[in-house]
Amino acid sequence: MSASMETTGIQPGEITAFLTDSTLCIGCKACEVACKEWNELEQDGLTLSGFSYDNTMALGHSTWRHVKFVEGTPEPGLGGNAPQQLSWEFSSDVCKHCEVAGCLEACPTGALVRTEFGGVYLQPDICNGCAYCVVSCPFGVVQKNEEDGRAFKCTFCTDRQKDQLQPACAKACPTESIKFGRLDDLRAHARERLETLHARGMHDAQIYDPTDTSVKGIHSMFLIRGEPETYNLPPRPEVPTVYLKEGWRSAAIQGITLIAGVALSFLAARAKRNEVQA
Amino acid sequence: MAEQHPVGFQWVVEARERGGKIIHVDPRFTRTSAMADIWAPLRPGSDIVFLGALIHYVLENDRYFHEYVVKYTNAPTILRKDFKDTEEGAGYFSGWNEKKGLYDPTTWLYEDEPVKKSHHHPGHHPAEGGHAKDRGGEAGNAHIYETDPTLQHPRCVFQVLKRHYARYTPEMVEQQCGMPQSVFLEIAKTMVDASGPDKTAAICYAVGWTQHSTGAQIIRAAAILQLLLGNIGRPGGGILALRGHASIQGSTDIPTLYDILPGYLPMPFFEDDSTKLEKYIKKHSTEAGLWSKFDHYFISLMKAWYGDSASEENEWGFQWLPRVTGDHSELGYWLDMEDGKMEGLFVMGQNPAVGAPNGRLQRKAMAKLKWLVVRDLVEIETASFWKDSPEVERGELKPKDIATEVFLMPAAGQAEKSGSFTNTQRLLQWHNKAVDPPGDARSETWFIYHLGCLLKKKAAAHREKTRNLPLNALTWHYPMQKPGSDEPDAEAVLAEINGFQWKGHSLLKSYEELKNDGSTACGCWIYTGVMPEKGKNKANMREPKDQLGHGWGFAWPKDIRIIYNRASARPDGAPWSEEKKLVWWDSEKREWTGLDVSDFKQTLPPDHKAQPEKKGLEALDGDKPFGLHPDGRGWLFVSSGLKDGPLPAHFEPLESVMANAVYPVQNNPPAKKHERKDNPYAASPSDPRFPYVLTTYRLTEHHTAGGMSRGLGHLAELQPELFAEISPELAEKIGVRSCEWVTIVTPRSLISAKALVTPRIRPLQIGGQTIDQVGLPYHWGWKGMATGDVTNDLLAISEDPNVRIMSTKALVCNLLPGRRADHKAALKQLKKLLKETA
Repeated sequence: MSASMETTGIQPGEITAFLTDSTLCIGCKACEVACKEWNELEQDGLTLSGFSYDNTMALGHSTWRHVKFVEGTPEPGLGGNAPQQLSWEFSSDVCKHCEVAGCLEACPTGALVRTEFGGVYLQPDICNGCAYCVVSCPFGVVQKNEEDGRAFKCTFCTDRQKDQLQPACAKACPTESIKFGRLDDLRAHARERLETLHARGMHDAQIYDPTDTSVKGIHSMFLIRGEPETYNLPPRPEVPTVYLKEGWRSAAIQGITLIAGVALSFLAARAKRNEVQA
Repeated sequence: MAEQHPVGFQWVVEARERGGKIIHVDPRFTRTSAMADIWAPLRPGSDIVFLGALIHYVLENDRYFHEYVVKYTNAPTILRKDFKDTEEGAGYFSGWNEKKGLYDPTTWLYEDEPVKKSHHHPGHHPAEGGHAKDRGGEAGNAHIYETDPTLQHPRCVFQVLKRHYARYTPEMVEQQCGMPQSVFLEIAKTMVDASGPDKTAAICYAVGWTQHSTGAQIIRAAAILQLLLGNIGRPGGGILALRGHASIQGSTDIPTLYDILPGYLPMPFFEDDSTKLEKYIKKHSTEAGLWSKFDHYFISLMKAWYGDSASEENEWGFQWLPRVTGDHSELGYWLDMEDGKMEGLFVMGQNPAVGAPNGRLQRKAMAKLKWLVVRDLVEIETASFWKDSPEVERGELKPKDIATEVFLMPAAGQAEKSGSFTNTQRLLQWHNKAVDPPGDARSETWFIYHLGCLLKKKAAAHREKTRNLPLNALTWHYPMQKPGSDEPDAEAVLAEINGFQWKGHSLLKSYEELKNDGSTACGCWIYTGVMPEKGKNKANMREPKDQLGHGWGFAWPKDIRIIYNRASARPDGAPWSEEKKLVWWDSEKREWTGLDVSDFKQTLPPDHKAQPEKKGLEALDGDKPFGLHPDGRGWLFVSSGLKDGPLPAHFEPLESVMANAVYPVQNNPPAKKHERKDNPYAASPSDPRFPYVLTTYRLTEHHTAGGMSRGLGHLAELQPELFAEISPELAEKIGVRSCEWVTIVTPRSLISAKALVTPRIRPLQIGGQTIDQVGLPYHWGWKGMATGDVTNDLLAISEDPNVRIMSTKALVCNLLPGRRADHKAALKQLKKLLKETA
């Protein structure tokens, strides 16, 4: 009994995070199923993709965890844990719950909010279906349900977190590939783990946590082998409002130039008139 | 293991993270390979070549655990002069009878071992299913044989073993398994480096090893390797059978098998065991070891079943037990059914229309039954075969002609009923009902109990009939879960299994308390202790106290977590090393103590000298850990009890693209092909119609024949369709790309699947030729959300000689681009393809 009732001990106000370690992921998809069960998401397709064992293909309004299958060409003698090469990598993707979240900035109705645990939460009862968040997510996480009209994404199991339970995906993960905890603790853990993996000869291992872009870091970090692009993770994600600021600046310059131009032409015209009058 | 046991696999990952090395041997690169340090592909069905070569490596390089091997195994035991190995017999051991298709195992016995007088050697009855042979066959009456501790005697087991495996070399592994020598040598080195006094290595296997015509011998080869390396009875060692689904271990302990009674007591056989209980007991008892108390276990079982009706005068009801008259195994009875020899069938928690070999034969066989009862969560294909099976579509069966009356009974899921699971390490874990089952769905306990009540009522009405005697004698008094409920209390069943004193019904604490005088009753002797007192269900305990998990569930027997753990100590009783200590002799207290419950008589000292006049464990020396064997030793060589030989030898699969390069005999001689018109085979070796190797398997996302997963959207969408895994090379050869249709053909049937092209399945380079492989998961049928053709239609009904398992892992097929024909045209297409050469 005690084992199943384990609580996180994390209080509202503390910032929580996921660390998804692909070197521990066995590709079982328990996270996908647990997520759908807990959040009562619908089954959304019965088509064979032909892309390895991935028939989920992408995150979306009814898929909040997605295990990616990256196939290499295996060599006899080398298992997937051999540092020499990548043969078949699995990594469970999820909403990044960005430090600076594009979706949240774009939302005109206030449906998207920052929770007391630092996650980004979409309130379906306030969403008006404008889909600004969809185009504003640098990771392509948010999707609009065309039948329903509203957008949906991972809730970070805020309901569970409030009850001091870890999110369903992390709870279901058999190999602790999906870790849930305090952001600072997991960042420290990720660094330690990276050192261990490097010491084992896995020099291609890296932490995916873009703190040096406008996203300013994410609350769903990843430990991957190889390049982020391999896992469909943008190497330098940016919050779209960054481009918006540039847009405002150029608009402002143009505006000023225009006003100045108009003013100058008036001044010039007056000078000319004065000349004629003279 | 990651594919099929993701939850258990967490511990393998944990071991890896602590520095353990994971080796995965599989024809395909799977999710398990993806977590392993070494992946070694091998040609399906070449497992004994690989394991034999590991044994050869250990012997040739003198890397066996000397003291362990000399003291704890039968390596020094001398064999008879007239024993001949496959090396001398051109692929046959001595004793082969071509006419009967059987071995006479007399010459395999130890030297001076007396031959028991009965119709058949124990373990060699032609109708037997092989589940009760641990009792040791003939070895029972002679436990002190001539041995040579120097292992030099030319007829000692050790030397025989050396000669037998001399030709299983790394070169042969490369040529026959398609595994590079360098990879093989790395595995061999890793394995032996991880074994010894300070270290242990474990082997985990699943049906990839068992479902072969040499299945039992593949496991035997693993056992030989582990005994040579000293990896049995020690922490971190062993051989773990990963079961196909929950509680398969439980279903052999409390058997759903035709040839054993609970606790591995043999079912009596017609002729051999027809006459007297005394003879049956004498035949199956041993002088030494735990089977010397065979009568205690058996009579207590009869007492549990027949209560006051069982008495010494009526041989405790022995004559009420049915006798085995033939092959009533799961495969044997399907053939009988097709031949019209069966009237009815209960199918509970199984979906043979999809999950069993030669599905076409099996579905047609069901049409010959008078009645069929199917209990499942949903209407599975087995229940609806009469209206929507491929045979109906193809006109082979017509619903109006089928007289089978089908009863579909809704079953409760595991969260909707209480009961126990027994897993691979013999661990019983109780599960408590969480919610009531929906509608009319009921538990198995409910169904069997009420069915029993109805049958007893009928039998009581006709007491004059002799055939009703056992039903009238049967004890059937179970309390209900709560007043007013008609659901029997599952814990009351567990209490009966545990055993109790007949007078006063006080519960027993250990099987050592069982008696042969009718004063004790016990439903399964090995489970005694699971409920040592009223209200104390140890299977329901969830407070682990130590690393071995004592306090969480109950491991039979006696809550021993590692069986044969006397082997974890030296012959003198001290641990082999501090690192690997488990159970040791406390010379002050004069008893075995340690981290586990001792699997050895608690007070029997390590220097005890065998007292043959005493029975049981005291008839063995104090340094003989394997108490279930009458010589107390681990068996490198099995003198009696295996129908296909005392040592594992490589034979090709029943259908193979290759000739046997090890012996001039192609197939395991006593394996049963059951070849007939409706169960045909490819010519072997190398049928030009079937150039590819076919192997079948399961995926993480689905559950066996799909009854529990194909109807659930959240699972069905993860693997929505049947696919055939093929290499890019094979895809190019036949001109298909991923997601395009292919048709797979064997002599039994043809099915279509979408191609899944992947470098994870490789063409093997073997003996200068390229061998392409086709991989097929088998979860789909024609019902549920995710549908597909039935892969098992491609398989033959075949039986390995020991446990009657079919071959599913290594056969041959053809692969064609495009989708098969529908309706009647499918049969025409098959007929045409079987005539053509590829």
